[in-house]
Amino acid sequence: MKVIQIDKSELDAGLEKLESEFRLIGPVKEKDYHLFTTLTPGQKPDLEYINTRLSARSILYPQSEVMFEFSLDKNDENYAVLKEPQKDRQPTAVIGIRPCDADAYEVVRRNFDTPEYKDPYWLKNYESTTLVGLACSKPCPTCFCTSAVSGPFSEKNVDILLVDNGDHYLARLVTEKGEKLAESAGWNRPAENADETIEKMKLDAESKIKSEVATDNLASQALIDLYEAEAAIWEPEAFACINCGTCTHACPTCWCFDVQDETYGKAGFRMRNWDSCMYPLFTVHASGHNPRGTKIARIRQRFMHKLKYYVDKYEKGIQCTGCGRCVRLCPVNIDIRRICNKMNSYDPETCSCAVTS
Amino acid sequence: MHNPYLPYPVRIDDITVETEDKSLKTFTFVFLHPEDEEKFAYRAGQFAELSIAGLGEIPIGIASSPTEKGFVKFTVFKTGKVTSYLHAMKEGDVMGVRGPMGNSYPWELLEGKNVVIIGGGFAFTTLRSSIVHMLHPDNRSKFKDIHVIYGARSPGMLLYKEELMAWADRDDIHMHITVDGTDDPDWKYHKGFVPAITEQEAPPGNADTYAIVCGPPVMIKFTQPVLDKLGYGHDQIIMSLENRMKCGIGICGHCNIGKELVCKDGPVFTLEQLNKTPKEY
Repeated sequence: MKVIQIDKSELDAGLEKLESEFRLIGPVKEKDYHLFTTLTPGQKPDLEYINTRLSARSILYPQSEVMFEFSLDKNDENYAVLKEPQKDRQPTAVIGIRPCDADAYEVVRRNFDTPEYKDPYWLKNYESTTLVGLACSKPCPTCFCTSAVSGPFSEKNVDILLVDNGDHYLARLVTEKGEKLAESAGWNRPAENADETIEKMKLDAESKIKSEVATDNLASQALIDLYEAEAAIWEPEAFACINCGTCTHACPTCWCFDVQDETYGKAGFRMRNWDSCMYPLFTVHASGHNPRGTKIARIRQRFMHKLKYYVDKYEKGIQCTGCGRCVRLCPVNIDIRRICNKMNSYDPETCSCAVTS
Repeated sequence: MHNPYLPYPVRIDDITVETEDKSLKTFTFVFLHPEDEEKFAYRAGQFAELSIAGLGEIPIGIASSPTEKGFVKFTVFKTGKVTSYLHAMKEGDVMGVRGPMGNSYPWELLEGKNVVIIGGGFAFTTLRSSIVHMLHPDNRSKFKDIHVIYGARSPGMLLYKEELMAWADRDDIHMHITVDGTDDPDWKYHKGFVPAITEQEAPPGNADTYAIVCGPPVMIKFTQPVLDKLGYGHDQIIMSLENRMKCGIGICGHCNIGKELVCKDGPVFTLEQLNKTPKEY
């Protein structure tokens, strides 16, 4: 795979060249936190960042999005007939996405892109986006990507991987899309002995990640045993939960949405909005019956989905890239790492977990 | 790229009030674009999302049978925002239908078998679809004995009354219609709850006999031990679930029970499958 060298002093000039071809999105500091934002002409991403507060999910999948529009004017010949709005799908490049967020797109793609149905909104956004990843050399204490389905230098789902090497970046061109973007930016200077350097930095970064989860038994545990482990796992974990939904909104691999119609006078819109399995209304029937009417049922759903249902359904590991956002943001210190270790070490014979932290 | 969230536009061709309390109406829809009817090819046991612009969508079982051409029918209980609006709509109004969705009853498996249909209340819609499908001259010979045990609170609460009476007069289907109670001195069918009538009338379980059970939770709860007693294996008891749904195509994440999505992997499951699944329905 081709590796090129981009001096930090020439990065901005390259990004400026890309502006005519791409909508650029990058991490920008706003008050105390970084977030992904569409860069205005001349605006530069802050590639010294650690990670954004919210994940990169909304780049492909906005928190609120118009699915269809319609007219409620009875004189309109298309009265009440839904139409997909024309959306601007200019090629987009995300500059400096962390591998955990890029790998999350691969995790959620299995949901949005199935043999039977394709979600056109997510997929069109995905296909028109080039991901310029930024390898992590300074992990947080809450990062556990190496034992989840990612890694600080993971190239699984980026088109280019930038590695910060002091006064320059080493840029590995992972896909054809990435090669094209580098060409458009005028980045073409081959780097020497780069593979060796990157490998060394990768091992160094991986060794800095001290936090890990054990997932080796999850697939072989009986689903219903874990589900029924109320005393050993779910009751103590649910105790403090306030069902605020922060974990689901911060998560790069959560994908649930609600569909609601909104009307403004005679203009109507069918919207989809992120939803959360933490909320009681998520499952309530029109009759009032609620299959997950208790807090324990909802917290169990979130973790069973990520760490068991997904594992069983796709056989591609857990539905978590180890970004650590839910751990950092949970107001009551519920920690997916602890729950994962409990689930992994649960013994249905004794109804207890060998690992409880 | 095909958009699976886009409903087919349909016109309401007929509205029939089904029950004496007027809480259930059957809507017959005709597709505005005839080619959409072909795309909507369905099997008995599937459902669809009924879409009303400005209000939203609701998942409803398909009550018509694939053998009935030129229209599609749904029987809807008035309960929420969309269904209340729908109940106030008129023939000729335009709305949307999206589907078909879900897996249907296992028709290949049921061929050559005795089929016992057990239904209660307004959960009889996809069962009607199934009966009409099986009784069609092209299909009847594919099945052995067909039994139907169907109960409602009172005669006025039975769905599809005229059809039920017509089926009761046929000799290629065993109808066991029942009501919880009635003052009607001329009532010539059963009186009693579905589980009791099942115990009395259903054929014993064997390798060639399958039961399809669809009804309110209380009916299912008391029917299951009866079927156990009659010797039905849990892989021979077929049930159709419902859960809150949004997309209907396995993407939005609302309706899961464990790793199964009721909308896509279901709504039809065998009791054997459900025994291994969280009871989140």
